[in-house]
Amino acid sequence: MQTKTIAIIGAGPAGMEASASLAKLGHQVVLIEKKASTGGHLNNWHHLFPDRRPAKELLQKLKQEVNHSNIEVMVNTAVHEVKQNDYRYELVLSEKNVINANAVLITTGFELFDAAKKEEYGYGIYNQVITNSDLEQLFQADNLAAQFKKPVKRVAFVHCVGSRDAKVNNHYCSKVCCVTAVKQSIEFKERMPETEVFCFYMDMRMFGPYYEELYREAQEKWGIVFIRGKISEASQTRDGSLQIKAEDTLASKPLRMNTDLLVLMAGMVPAEGNEHISRQFKLAIGDNRFFKSKDNHFDNQLSDTPGVFLAGACLAPMNITDTISQARAAALRIHEYLTN
Amino acid sequence: MWGYKIITTNQIDYDKNNRAIRNKILALEPSLRICIACGACTATCTAGNLTPFNIRRMNVLLQRGEYDDLKSELGKCMLCGKCTLVCPRGVNLRNLILKTRETLLNDECHVL
Repeated sequence: MQTKTIAIIGAGPAGMEASASLAKLGHQVVLIEKKASTGGHLNNWHHLFPDRRPAKELLQKLKQEVNHSNIEVMVNTAVHEVKQNDYRYELVLSEKNVINANAVLITTGFELFDAAKKEEYGYGIYNQVITNSDLEQLFQADNLAAQFKKPVKRVAFVHCVGSRDAKVNNHYCSKVCCVTAVKQSIEFKERMPETEVFCFYMDMRMFGPYYEELYREAQEKWGIVFIRGKISEASQTRDGSLQIKAEDTLASKPLRMNTDLLVLMAGMVPAEGNEHISRQFKLAIGDNRFFKSKDNHFDNQLSDTPGVFLAGACLAPMNITDTISQARAAALRIHEYLTN
Repeated sequence: MWGYKIITTNQIDYDKNNRAIRNKILALEPSLRICIACGACTATCTAGNLTPFNIRRMNVLLQRGEYDDLKSELGKCMLCGKCTLVCPRGVNLRNLILKTRETLLNDECHVL
């Protein structure tokens, strides 16, 4: 079999797993990453839902997998221009490196929604307001309580920040924030058992195995309080504390509450570079601004452009389990494409 | 007189309720259909913070064809429009209230 080269754009979990699968099938892979290191968002997460597995464990495994003689990893490398010659793609990379690929896999992933855009929650305005990603960083420290300037007697999590929100043009559900909030609220309570923990949700979407059980554990074992209502605003009171407002919709009454910490569950948005990639490869973009598959049942990993494949959160918000499944599915579709 | 009285049902009688007014209002402001009852409107509502007025609940009752509370409640709205600003679904609540008031008035519900 003549060796074929596959260019994979984006070295997060999807790109890394697909690289490993293709390398095992005997293909040559060039894994291109614009940032300085591989691993994507896994680098910023402490533990993963629902089993609270350390993110480092997955990172290590993925790094071992891509450490393969068939895989060339290029970090700090962006794709500037793409030319198509028959069934080959010529990719012009940073520093005018050129690679010729027989197939291309796009695994450019997602970015976290910029929580400062929801100005009513005061991210970047009030010190007591942080994001899910900020909290993961704080969880890395041995002593969580020592990370805050003032004692945190109460914390409130806000679901759906930048998701299911027409006002920021993100109509879709980011899927993983509900279970992340449940996970983080438990982790908070474990570290600071005296702190009161609240989750403000619109709908609890516990779609995966053991997610619902984690939700129950949060109520039963940790006493976390779930209030059904979207927080409309956070504002500072005269004494400098933070006040939030929501409707407790199940009680049919507006509610106000002072809190020492507000955690915004920022959702997923398409990666900034996706527009450029879509123009270069003539890829269709969906109404949700993520890439669009050729067929969302049978050809989910195919794009409308022959030889260009898609996997992971560049297609839609998704958890790591689904991302890895898609990466493996993409590897198989690419193998079929190159061997036929 | 004999120690008992007739009480009306507490149920929403979906078969009995007349949803003609609801249909009329939905035609005038179709965005009501996309409400997900998150309550952000009620949380930010000045009238709702001071009185039992609850715009989210009113809208649910309206959609079910329950108008009794609606007639007495809607007059409390000051049309400030904050509900419309915070709504994550983009429901035009301010216009909805205006259209509901108009419709109920035209149907000779002289309560407002």
